[in-house]
This record gives sequence, C-alpha cells and structure tokens, in this order.
Amino acid sequence: MTMPASSQPDDFRHFLHQALRSGSFMTGLIITLLIAAMAALSFIWTPYDVTNLVVANRMQGLSAAHPFGTDHLGRDILSMIMVGSRNSIAVAIVAVGIGMGIGVPLGCWAAARGGWLDEVLMRFNDVVFAFPALLSAIMITAIFGPGAVNAIIAIGIFNVPVFARVARAGALALWPREFILAARAAGKGKALITIEHILPNIASILLVQGTIQFALGILAEAGLSYLGLGAQPPMPSWGRMLFDAQTRMMIAPNQAIFPGLAIVITVLGLNLLGDGLRDILDPRLRRER
Amino acid sequence: MGSFKSILGATAILLATSTAVFAARTDLVLGLVLEPPHLDPTAGAAAAIDEVVYANVFEGLTRIGPNGEVEPALAESWEVSDDGKTYTFKLHDGVKFHDGSSFDAEDVKFSLDRARAADSTNAQKVLFEAIENVEVVDPQTVKVTLSRPQGAFLYNMGWGDAVIVAPESADGNKEKPIGTGPFKFQNWAKGSSITIVKNPDYWGEPVALEKAEFRIIPDAAAAIPAMLSGDVQAFPNMPAGDALPQIQADPRFEVVIGATEGETILSTNNKKEPFDNLKVRQAIAHALDRDAIIAGASEGGYGVPIGSHFSPANEAYVDLTDTYPHDVEKAKELMKEAGLENGFKATIKLPPPSYARQGGEIIASQLREIGIELEIIPVEWAQWLEQVFTNKDYDLSIVSHTEPNDIEIYSRPDYYFNYQNPEFNKVIEELDTTTDQAKRNELYKQAQTILAKDAVNGFLFELPKIGVWDAKLEGMWENSPVQANDLTAVKWTE
Amino acid sequence: MTAYLFKRLAIALATLIVASVVVFAVLEVLPGDPARIMLGMNASPEALESLREQMGMNQPLITRYLNWISGMAIGDFGRSYTYSSPVIELIAERITVSLPLAIMSLLLSTIIAIPVGIFAASRRGKLADTISMGAAQVGVAVPNFWFALLLIYIFAVALRLVPAGGFPGWGDWWQALKALILPAVALALPQAAILARVTRSAMLDVLGEDYIRTAHAKGMPRHIVLWRHALRNAMIPVLTVLGLQFAFLLAGTIIIENVFYLPGLGRLVFQAITQRDLIVVEGVVMLLVASVVAVNLIVDLLYAVVDPRLRAR
Repeated sequence: MTMPASSQPDDFRHFLHQALRSGSFMTGLIITLLIAAMAALSFIWTPYDVTNLVVANRMQGLSAAHPFGTDHLGRDILSMIMVGSRNSIAVAIVAVGIGMGIGVPLGCWAAARGGWLDEVLMRFNDVVFAFPALLSAIMITAIFGPGAVNAIIAIGIFNVPVFARVARAGALALWPREFILAARAAGKGKALITIEHILPNIASILLVQGTIQFALGILAEAGLSYLGLGAQPPMPSWGRMLFDAQTRMMIAPNQAIFPGLAIVITVLGLNLLGDGLRDILDPRLRRER
Repeated sequence: MGSFKSILGATAILLATSTAVFAARTDLVLGLVLEPPHLDPTAGAAAAIDEVVYANVFEGLTRIGPNGEVEPALAESWEVSDDGKTYTFKLHDGVKFHDGSSFDAEDVKFSLDRARAADSTNAQKVLFEAIENVEVVDPQTVKVTLSRPQGAFLYNMGWGDAVIVAPESADGNKEKPIGTGPFKFQNWAKGSSITIVKNPDYWGEPVALEKAEFRIIPDAAAAIPAMLSGDVQAFPNMPAGDALPQIQADPRFEVVIGATEGETILSTNNKKEPFDNLKVRQAIAHALDRDAIIAGASEGGYGVPIGSHFSPANEAYVDLTDTYPHDVEKAKELMKEAGLENGFKATIKLPPPSYARQGGEIIASQLREIGIELEIIPVEWAQWLEQVFTNKDYDLSIVSHTEPNDIEIYSRPDYYFNYQNPEFNKVIEELDTTTDQAKRNELYKQAQTILAKDAVNGFLFELPKIGVWDAKLEGMWENSPVQANDLTAVKWTE
Repeated sequence: MTAYLFKRLAIALATLIVASVVVFAVLEVLPGDPARIMLGMNASPEALESLREQMGMNQPLITRYLNWISGMAIGDFGRSYTYSSPVIELIAERITVSLPLAIMSLLLSTIIAIPVGIFAASRRGKLADTISMGAAQVGVAVPNFWFALLLIYIFAVALRLVPAGGFPGWGDWWQALKALILPAVALALPQAAILARVTRSAMLDVLGEDYIRTAHAKGMPRHIVLWRHALRNAMIPVLTVLGLQFAFLLAGTIIIENVFYLPGLGRLVFQAITQRDLIVVEGVVMLLVASVVAVNLIVDLLYAVVDPRLRAR
C-alpha cells in the first residue's frame, strides 16, 4: 500500500505507461466512456421521446425504426436504455459520494484517534454490516416511499462502512511510517497530517474501491428498481424495464434482454476499470504480473 | 418460436391421448392471484377469502348464483311480510357443520347478531345495518325484523360476509374454517396453497370433485407457464397479460372473457382545487383516450369501456361513454374556460395492480397533452388505504371498485371522492326503499347519468375477467357477480 | 482464548441489541395502519378500533418493544397481522424453502468456483486463466434476477424441463428439488464468479510462498504441491468469503424468490413490508441479522483456531 502521491509528473507518466499496457484497464475505460457518452447524448437527442406514449405502437419487434423494439406502452426500447443510463449513473455516483463523504472522514478519524472511539466506530460498522444491505434498502424505500432519491440514500448508507473500513485500514498502515512520525515530531496536528499526508496516500485505494462500489451501486439500483422501489415513471430505469418485461418474456424477450445487457456491459466495464486501476496502482500485484 | 409452438402442439396431442385412458379425474388445482390473509369471510374484506371459501366451505341463508341472481342456500324458502320489514326464513333440515355439530336457527341468530354487534369486526357491517331483531321461532325457522324495508336484503344475505358460522368454531375460522358447505378445509401451506376436500356428509347435492387445491400464483410471469405446463388446470381470474392470444390459440384450453364488477376509474378528489371545477373534470374526461388505456392497461385489451360507475353486465346499465368523447381540442378549450390554459401540476397515486400502474403512465401522457403535468406516485395497498381512501390526501388515483352494485358509494357523505350531490343522494335513498325491479332499474339509470354528467371520476373500463381452464372442465363460472370460485358444479368430462 | 471468546460473544450480543432497537424504531415509523389493512376498504371505524385494541396497538411504544424483545428471547415472535398466525410458525414454514435454496446455491457455487479458481491459478497468465477469469468478470456483472429471467425463458418456457416458478412443497421431494434448481443456479452464478476470483488470488498468494517453492525444488509432483499443500492454506480466505456469502445468500433470496414465486423467507418479508405486517418484518429481519452475526462469530472463532496470534489479543 505504499504509493507515492501521484501528483508528480514522473509518476503520472509511469501510470500512463502502465495503463496503456493493461488490457483490462483500457477495455474498462473504453466501455465506461462509451456509456457515459450515451448518457450525455440522451440529454440532447434520443431516437424517440420516451415520455410520449403511443400505445398503438406497443409490443413491436426489432426493426429499422426501432432497433430494439418497443415496450408494452409503445415506447422505443433503445431510447429508454439511453435515458435510463442517466438514472443508473446518477444514482451510483451520488451513492458512492455519500459513502466516501461520510465513510472516509470517519475511517480516518478512527485511525487517528484510536482507542474507544475507534472501537465504537468499528462496532457501529459491524452493526450496519450485519444488516443484509438489500433488505435494509427495501425497508428504507418502504418507509420513505419508492423513488430515485430514496434509492440513493439506501444504497449510500451501505457504502459508508465500506469506505470507513478501507480508509481506516489504509490510514492505520501509514501512521507508524517514518514520514508521518517525522511530521508529528515537527508538531503537526493529527487533522493536518491526515489531510496533508494520509489522504493523498490512500487516495488510490479509495479510487479503486470507489470504482467497485460504483459498479455495485448500479447493480443495487437495478435490483431496487426491479422490485419497483427505484426511479419512478416517466423516468425510465433499467431495473424497472426488466420488471415490466418479465411477464412478457415468452412473447417479447427483446424487452428484457436489451436492458439486462446494458446493465451487464456497464458493470463489466466498471469492474474491469477497477481491476485495471488496482493492478496499476498496487505495487504488490504489479510485482506479480 | 417456431419450435416452441411445435413442442406445445406435440404435448397437447400427448395429453389428449393419454388422459382418455383414465376415468374422469376428481382433483383440481386452481390458480389464485392473491393469497387470503385468513379464511374467515365474516372478519375481512379481502376478496381472496371469498374466492376460496364462498359456497365451497361456507354457506349463508341465501347465495348469489353464477349470473348474479339470489338463490336459496341454507334457507330453503322465505316469506316477506307485506310491509317488507319481516323476513321469515325456513331452514334446511339435517345440516351439519364440518366439525359434526348440527346447524339450526340458533346458529343463524348467533351469526347475524355477531356480525352486527358493536364490537364486530365484520368488514361489511352496513349489510346488517337495517336488521332490528333476529328471533328463533323454532330450530328450523328464523324471523328477521328490519327497521325499514330494504330492497337488497336477500341479496345482502348472500354475501360472503353474511355466511352462517357456529358459536363453537367461529373464533377459529381464520385458521381452520368450519362451515356447512360441500367442501371441508384441509390444509393451508402459507404462501403457496390452500386445499379443500369433499364433505361426505353434505346436506345437499354432493359435489363431483374429491379435492381442490387453490394455488397462489400472483403474477403473469408465473401464471402463464403454470397453466401451459398443466400444473394448474383452472385460473378463473388469470393475469395472462400479453400472452393471452397464445393461450387462446391452444386447443387444450377454454378461455372465457367474462365481466367482473370492477369499475376501473380515475378517482378524482372532487373537493381539491382545481378538480372541484366541473370544467376541469370535463376537460380530463375529454382528454382521456379510453381505447389506448384499455389496449395498454387492461388484461389482453379486453376491458369494456364504461361511461359511469356501473357494470355493463347489469340489466340496468346504460352506455354513457359518449357523454364526453375523446377530443383533445375540446379538452383544451374547457381548460381555457376554467382559466387554466397554461395547465397545472398534480399528483396521481397508483396502487400495485398493473391496470393502475400502466394505466397511470398512459393517462399521465394523455393529460400532458392538455397541459396537466402528473407526478406519478406508486403506493402499496397499505399506503393507498391510508393516504387516499382514509385521509383523502390525493389528487388523482386509479383503482378498480370490485364490489358488486356499489354505485351507492357516491352518496356516502365522507367517501374518498369527496363528491356531494343532493340530487344523486335522493335517487339512492329512493332505491333503498324500492323493491320493484323495473322501478329500481329506472333509478339506477338516473344515478348513472348524474355521475357521468358530473364527470365525478374518469370512468375508464370494466375490468375483464380472463378465465382460463382445461377444456375438459365443466361448470366453472364465466362471470363473477360476486368474488367467488364456486366449485359445487365443477367436474371433469372424461 | 476464553477472554477472546467472551469479547467476541459480547460484541455479537451488543450488535444484536443495537440492531433490535434500530429495527423496531425504524419499523414503527412505517406509514400504514395494520388494522385498516386487515379489514379492508369498507371497514367501519368501530371495527378498526376494536381490532387495534385486540392487537395491543394502543399500548405505549416502550411496552411494545419490551414485550417484543422478551417474547423473542423465548421464541415467541408474536402474531402476524395479516395471517393471524404465530410469526414463528410462518418463519418455520418458509425457512424450509429458503434454507435449502441457500445451501443448494452455496454448494453449487463452491463446486463450480473452487476448481475453476485453482485451475486458473495453476495456469496463470495462460489462455485458460484469461478465459476463466474473463468469464468470472462477466459473472460478477450479471444481475441475478436478469439471469433468472433468462434461465426461466430457456429451461422452463422453451425446453419445459423444470417449472418456471412456484413451489409444490416437500411432499414430493423430486418435484421440490426441480422447483429449486433454477433459483439456485441464478443465485449461485454471481457468487461463484466472486468465489472463483478469491480462490485464484488466494492460491496465487500461497503459491508465491517459500515453502511451496521449496516443495517444488525438492521435486515434489506439481499436482501434489497444488492440491495437498497450496489448497489447504488457501482455504482460509476462501472459507471467510464462503461464510459471508451464506449470509448474503439468505438475503439475496429476496429478489430471487420474487422472480420464481417461491414461498420462502425473502418473499415473506417483502410481502410483509408491503402489507405493513410489521411484526413479521421485525421477526425475519432479526433472524437474518442474527444469522449474519452468528456466521461472523463462527468465522472469528475459526480464525482464532487457525491463527494463534489472534488468541493472544
């Protein structure tokens, strides 16, 4: 876990060199960028308007006009997948943001203070971990009502202990190191040391974890939407498209296959990106390659 | 898909040839969408309770027949006094409850008094509200005195909520129902199935089936394969969705598109601005395209359009669908007259059934054309009951009112539509005291017309009843005048 | 060792108590009146009030919490609002579906994943490694409910080999097993993918250790080194992940049981949440939390057995 801060130009060049050689990193990066581009494009153009239902066009198969067919209410599935990507990405980004924003300070704090505070915070983490995440997410959306915002909160809460644990472990490994001891000897406070030295040095493991949680967030959002607890119509979401499609699996499998593929490809891209990043940033694994 | 069809065909032939070898079957697995919360029809409104026990396990003084007619049940005959206030029921002889205890007039008195008692948990207490006194004349005779003449009294006594239970077993009926019917309760595997078996000591015509299992299959995704594979042989109210044409094309199955008593409506909060404005409600009525809603939101597109709150299957029905025909321009004009040419925002709360969730999306899209932006809020039944039905905290909602003949709900002072019209209430009051059928039909017509003109709610369609069963089954109900799966006449033909 | 044991036990117990307070507090704020749900749309206010009284819903919050928690300690989970039967009976009934399902999928994922992980590790960097780990990457990315839909379409609808959903009960165990096969596969796939990756990296870690190099150097046959020495030591992280996955599988059944309409714990709790059957939700959630805590405890204790350094702490 000993990475020099990556702000130095030499390291960046080294990183680029490694990155270009890593197949999984490049594949993941390209997929992720393509999905992001699709989401961006959907703001200005989609083949059809997904909020305007033309029931007469319902249940169409694949055609030049509708490459992925239409759904049970006559909407173009390709357009829905494009717009739906916005929802998946937004939910996952904010959920990871919540997890990092709360979890990282908590983890660093616990590592810096140690003692009973560390114990209490980590026990609290255990309690959160003891709740099956999906079950709790269902309970949260049941209380506050289904919707994208509540899905974000539900997923975000369960990212908090993950980041707290990763940050704490990373920070704990750093505190006994010489350059930290030197900083302490120079009279710097724990908070300042955490900001100046700890955070830059755990940034890369947080980035890797963030990518993984991002992918998990997309899967979790799809699961909640599939149960009808995520984003609500008229906003399309991949998970709800699957829910709507499942009763028509026999007669219109296209309605289920394409949104599912969208989820798989996005999550796959992010996981490859995360794995690639770890390989590049983690010197222990680099040695093994 | 081609090979799939040929597999289907081959299996059909196989089944057709192999079953002929055996004697007629006496067992039946029947699909149910909703699991009943418990099995006591006198202590819950859930239709699923009646769908299992009505006419099969429990019987009342009267019963409702397959076409909505009142038939004698535990009462073999009755007399009505000239003032319409006293009913004297003559009970069947030799009737026994499933636990062996015998049935007599005391049980009738017990059941009716229990249902109308102050601490009663009967969900339809209003059915018994006119009863003043129940008197045991002799073990085979009961005299019921009403406080006022009530045209629907005999019909009311045929509801599942009015079945006769025994004092010894009444408290245990939720878990282990004990009635007088031709089937006895056997087992309930919670979350999966309920089994009833033939009652060998039944007082009336014995049933042909030895055993019937009600299997709980809540969704089209599971119902369709279960039916196609033969796991389930009858699905009286099948969520077939868009797979219906495929099932209809299969010769193994009898598909009956019947009617329910479910008026599916766009419930409107008539006191809330701007829905308190008749012009806005009329504009909404003009903006709704029933054909598109029916195609996209009713099972197989088989919903029957309605123009008021009344079942087209009823003889008193009048077609009022043209009161406010689909006309977006007219709707926009009305919005302008109401001073809302720039539109407004509102919410629509949708309960779980697909007619509501899908219908809501279509209606939101249709109302957007006249400037009404609807925010869709899906709710579970629990929240719907609390927010919409009880607290009237809503703008619009979609729900199917499945109680039979329930147009009188519009006269209830505190009903969730928040609708009040003295003219309508007068018609309902008159109905309540009228027993002459022709006169009653006339009054029903007046009531329907008032509601349609007032555009109280968006009247969408009558929920279809898609009954699917094995073509060799006989005696299934085609319509559902009450929510029941009466198996007393069901048998296999070979 | 005893001190360590007691500390772990105390922590597990504290976790359970905190969890019970959270569960109870959270569920009490759920909107929806259970009495109204039980009696339906047209129920009269008097009927509602008398039912609320019967269910003890008019008592103060603290009293209800204490009643609930003390009841649970002696195995009385209360009575379901919707089914009006004891919650413990419902759970006992449903667990006969969920537990076999979780075990089946755990077995399935182990049988697939561990050989694949070992194989990939032994062929590190070769084509076989790339292909199997690529497949694992895809497996991790597949949502299990979508995979379930595809399985239903292929094996239940098109080929008609197994039922598409529902559960016939254990009366006919062959039919029952057939009904659980697809859900078990759907649950197992993403787990197998994770497990295969963990196995591979654990094996790689071990294969890099000195004693393995020594064994190789001594001329010990490759497969004996692999299976006898390396695997045994690589099992520790693998078992940890397996323990975590078991708890995850129990919860993962929520979605899968909904896809296949299996009357298991997951469906029970999902239905109970939507029907505001709080007492059932509370019971099932506590059971799941307790099983996670128990598995963690067992894993902790196993660590202590394996690694003496931990005992000293």
